[in-house]
Amino acid sequence: MTSRPLPQDPVVRALIAQARQAQLTRRTLLAGGAAGASALALAACSTGGGQARPTAAADRSDSDKTLNWANWAAYIDEDDAGNYPTLDRFEEETGISVNYEVAVDDNNTYYGKVKDQLALGQDIGADTVCLTDWMVSRWIRLGYTQELDHDNIPNIANLTPALQNPDFDEGRKHSLPWQGGFAGICWNTEKVPGGLREVQDLWSADLKGRVGVLSEMRDTMGLIMLQNGVDISGDWGDAEFEAAIETLDEQVANGQIRNIKGNSYLEDLKSEDTLAAICWSGDITVLNAEAGDKWQFAIPDAGGTLWNDNFLIPVGSPRKTNAETLINYYYDPAVAAEVAAWVNYITPVVGAQEAAAAIDPELAENQLIFPNEETLSNAYIFRALSGAEEQKYQAQFQQILLGS
Amino acid sequence: MAFAAFATTEAQPQAPRKRSRIALLLLLPGILYLVLFFLTPLISLLLTSLQAPSEFGDIGMYDYAFNWQNYVDVVNAYWPHILRSFGYALAATVLALVISYPIAYFIGVKARRRPLLQSLLLVLVIAPFFISFLLRTLAWKQILSDESIIITSLKALSLLAPDAYFTGTPFAVIFGLTYNFIPFMTLPLYTTLERLDTRYLEAGSDLYANPVTVFRKVTIPLSMPGIVAGTLLTFIPAAGDYVNASRDFLGGPDTQMMGNVIEANFLVLLNYPAAAALSIILMAAILVLVGVYVKRSGTEDLL
Repeated sequence: MTSRPLPQDPVVRALIAQARQAQLTRRTLLAGGAAGASALALAACSTGGGQARPTAAADRSDSDKTLNWANWAAYIDEDDAGNYPTLDRFEEETGISVNYEVAVDDNNTYYGKVKDQLALGQDIGADTVCLTDWMVSRWIRLGYTQELDHDNIPNIANLTPALQNPDFDEGRKHSLPWQGGFAGICWNTEKVPGGLREVQDLWSADLKGRVGVLSEMRDTMGLIMLQNGVDISGDWGDAEFEAAIETLDEQVANGQIRNIKGNSYLEDLKSEDTLAAICWSGDITVLNAEAGDKWQFAIPDAGGTLWNDNFLIPVGSPRKTNAETLINYYYDPAVAAEVAAWVNYITPVVGAQEAAAAIDPELAENQLIFPNEETLSNAYIFRALSGAEEQKYQAQFQQILLGS
Repeated sequence: MAFAAFATTEAQPQAPRKRSRIALLLLLPGILYLVLFFLTPLISLLLTSLQAPSEFGDIGMYDYAFNWQNYVDVVNAYWPHILRSFGYALAATVLALVISYPIAYFIGVKARRRPLLQSLLLVLVIAPFFISFLLRTLAWKQILSDESIIITSLKALSLLAPDAYFTGTPFAVIFGLTYNFIPFMTLPLYTTLERLDTRYLEAGSDLYANPVTVFRKVTIPLSMPGIVAGTLLTFIPAAGDYVNASRDFLGGPDTQMMGNVIEANFLVLLNYPAAAALSIILMAAILVLVGVYVKRSGTEDLL
């Protein structure tokens, strides 16, 4: 339609202008409504609500010789060129090409990233992931893992007896430990020459404002509960947990505890904002190597916590057999010893200590990598929590982390 | 009237086409983008904020419902964090304004005759953006740590109590917020001050106003658009910031802001409705505050 001049009469002009406006509004309204409706439809696509358990994907390992492995940073042997020697050998031996990704830097963040796909049974881009006990417990409970075929993992015979039947996975049907570690206490030997023996010692007056604790509930609360004489792997309930929460709350409120952090607690130790802390065993070995030999780690007399990161196969992975082949490879004692020597964490593989002694006798004696019975008898695994308990205890713990 | 119009037939306004398909077509990508990436998440957020826990569900499982009680619960549980967020953001905005105004004035007015100096100074203001915001904040954490030169020398001079510290305190968080948002304040101020007609200042002096009065009655009103834009660009992101106040950066357990509460509820507690309700509250509160502010400062046309 070509444009034509408006009529001369001002009244008619005004009427036309008005009519146009009205028309425009109606149209905008319609368009707006349509846009809103489509947005609503899209929004409804997002998951929500209690879903049925997802079903496992079909295994295509025979035709698809690849594997995606999501793991934590500095958690596998690495040479100066940035290659992973044990992984390279695995690729040569089996012909499976592995895409190793440092994709996990926090159990919660990783879960937040993949949970919607898991609930729908979709491939999350990882055929095996290493996550901590309590998170693995959640995945198994929600049906987000595939059952392992032990026939494909003959080396499972090398799994240390202590870890064969955890309360969240009897018989290790869904998960197998990758590496483990202790949570205990550490201190700056220059500033705290006397050293520490107990969690209680962190609350001494001369460390006021210079103490750090971990934001990982099971480690910080576990150590405090052990100090209170509670067996954290046994039967305990609200009363025991709340007593420990009270201690933590008091020490945060009176300024004894400076900060509550995740992995970044190491920065505080380095900058000496904190002189003593609740910390993870492997980190202190690395820190001493990196920034001068001035920190010492100890498992408190009352006991430390023991945790493991475990392999699991996500429900949507179509390469389950490949993942099992990889797990089997890392349960070979010689391979496990090579990894342990680099990452400084506890290996779950029996026989790795003997293999390590051949590489470096001193390494095989390190209690934080190859703990003996005596060391292990003082380390406790935090018992599995139900969904409701998890929610309740985590809420109490977060309340202290967030202050008021 | 009719006669007058008759004389100017040629200059008649043309009746526009009833409907311009081209304009709609050109707008389409923008509208689609907004629907997909703004409206959809917003509605999803609103729906999530009203969810109720599944009856027999595990941790983190919720069903669609109309559970407005979520809003009451989060306000009851987290009102100190809500107030703290706006308090810190306000303090950081005021500090950033006080620091940025002289800088912007110098670059925009005093350095006008020396374009080279002017552009050099502008580059200096923008330069921090070349380094990641997280890295810069981490660097400050190191600079302000207990055994750093700054803190140890302040203690040696008895300007600071022997057991005093800086990281993990409200001062550190407000300091971090101020530092990180100074460029956002300086640049809009600079753009308005750069156009400031100095003849007005001369006229003010000619009328026997002292420098303070000239500044108050002439410079400030003329630079008001820059002040409003700068304060908005600082206040809005500062209120929602969760990096500076995070325990991993400059904050401590008693400096947590709304962003940190939302993060904890979303990632750790898996309480998605609470996180969503807090986000909606934050958004609504900022909208109201900004609306009132813009109305009061008489610069609605900026929006």
